[in-house]
Amino acid sequence: MLARDGQTPLERTPLHGLHLSLGARMVPFAGYDMPVQYPAGVLREHLHTREKAGLFDVSHMGQLALRAKSGRLEDAARALERLVPQDIVAIAPGRQRYAQFTNEAGGILDDLMVANFGDHLFVVVNAACKDADEAHLRKHLSETCVIESLPDRALLALQGPKAEQVLATFSPDVAAMRFMDAGPRKVDGLACFVSRSGYTGEDGFEISVPAEHAESFAKKLLDNSDVLPIGLGARDSLRLEAGLCLYGHDIDTTTTPVEAALEWSVQKSRRADGARAGGFFGADKILAQFAAGAPRRRVGLRAEGRAPVREGASLFADAISAEAIGKVTSGGFGPTLNAPVAMGYVPTSLAGLGTKLFAEVRGQRLPLTVAATPFIQNTYKR
Amino acid sequence: MTTLFTSDHEWLKIEGDVATIGITDYAQSQLGDVVFVELPKVGRTLKKAEAAAVVESVKAASDVYAPISGEVLEVNEALSGEPALVNSDAGGKAWFFKIKIADRSELGGLMDEAAYKAHTA
Repeated sequence: MLARDGQTPLERTPLHGLHLSLGARMVPFAGYDMPVQYPAGVLREHLHTREKAGLFDVSHMGQLALRAKSGRLEDAARALERLVPQDIVAIAPGRQRYAQFTNEAGGILDDLMVANFGDHLFVVVNAACKDADEAHLRKHLSETCVIESLPDRALLALQGPKAEQVLATFSPDVAAMRFMDAGPRKVDGLACFVSRSGYTGEDGFEISVPAEHAESFAKKLLDNSDVLPIGLGARDSLRLEAGLCLYGHDIDTTTTPVEAALEWSVQKSRRADGARAGGFFGADKILAQFAAGAPRRRVGLRAEGRAPVREGASLFADAISAEAIGKVTSGGFGPTLNAPVAMGYVPTSLAGLGTKLFAEVRGQRLPLTVAATPFIQNTYKR
Repeated sequence: MTTLFTSDHEWLKIEGDVATIGITDYAQSQLGDVVFVELPKVGRTLKKAEAAAVVESVKAASDVYAPISGEVLEVNEALSGEPALVNSDAGGKAWFFKIKIADRSELGGLMDEAAYKAHTA
C-alpha cells in the first residue's frame, strides 16, 4: 500500500489495477489512491467527454441504503427530512434528487444524491465525508431507520453525448431513462443501480456495480472507441464549467444553501408556509435567508484574459481598494470555453450578472465579470 | 553553444553573454496541458532564483525561476498566443525569455545534460 503522510495507507477502489494498467498518473484524493489523468491528458479527456463519452471511477464515493424499520418508505423519507432541507417524501419511485446535509448553523455538512428505490432510499455521498455522513445518519435516524453502507459496490460514471448509445448496448432499458431517473437495472447481466445523472453538465449515467465485476465491466465500456477513461483533473474542469459546487471548496460548513445559490434544490414544501416547512438543522437561519436574502452569494466569474484565476484568489470591488470583498472558491481553465472560469463568494450587492470585479493574481488585479452558470449549456435529457 | 540545466527543470542555452531560458521536456510532461504562460517584462533585471515567469496547466500554476541573474533582453511572444507550444516543443520553439548574463560564475552551479538526466531518473 502507498503511504499518505508517511503513515495512513491510501485506500484503493476496485478499479485501482485497471487505472495502473491504463497508464494513469495516481494521486492521493480523499484517502484514496486515484487517477488524476491518463496518457491522453486533462485537456483531451475533458474535450472527449464533451464530444463523445468519458468513463470516471467514482467508487470512492459513499453508497448507502436507508430503510425504515416500519417497512414504509415514507417513514425513511420523513426521517431523512430532519437532516436535509429537501422534499424527500415527494421523490417518486425511480427518481433521484440533489440534497444537502445541514448543520445547526445552516452550513452544509455534505451534498448528496437521494433516490427512491421503491422499498428504500439509495444515497450517494462524497468520499471525504462518507464516514461522518454515515455517523450523522446513525446518530439521528437509528430509531426509525436501518442504515446500510454498501462498500462492496463500485460506482462508475459514464458521461457525454455518446453515453446513452454506449450503455444501451449493455442495457437497452437505459435509453428510456430521463434526467434524474434512478433505480435497479440489469446491465451486462449484472445487478446494477443506474441513475441518469452525473456531475459534468453532460447527459450521462452513474452505474453502481458489484465490486467484483467492476473491472471487467469497465473494460467492456472502454472497448468502445467512443469511451476514454477520465481522471480527477478533467472531472474537476468539467464540473467547474457546469457551474456545479465541489464540497470542501464551493460549499462547506460555513456556507448555507441560500448563500451557495442552491435555493432551486429546496422545494416549496420545506420553505416557510410549506406543507413540511423547516424541521431540518439550521432551518431558522436558512428560512430567514430565503425571506430576507443572504449577505453573500456564490457567483460565476469570467476573466477577460487567458490567465486562470484559481481557488483562494481574493476578490475586490475595484482596481485599487485594499479590502477584499470575497474569495474565489474554484477556478481554473475551461477547455470547452478555451477561457478561464471561476466561482466565488461576493456580497449580494455585488452578485448581479455583469458586475465588474477584480481578482488579485500574483500581485496584479485582473478584471472579472459576474456571469451566469452553467458556463456551458448543459445537455441533460429531461 | 552550451546547454545547462537547473534542479527546478529550467534549461539555459548559452551563446556569448546571452542565455535563452525555457523549461525542460520532463517539466512539461509533469505539468500536463499548458494553457497560459506569463512572461517577464523586457528590461526587467532578474536576480538568480527569483520567480520570473509563470506556466499554468489546466490544473495548476507553477513558477519559472531565473536560473541566473541578468536583464531580460527578449521574451517569446509566441507563447502568449500558443501556450501549448510548451507541450509540443519545450526544448526548442517554446523558449521563455533571453537574459544578458550578469555574472558568469553563477553558471558554475548548474548541471550539464548528463547530470540533469541523472537528476530526473
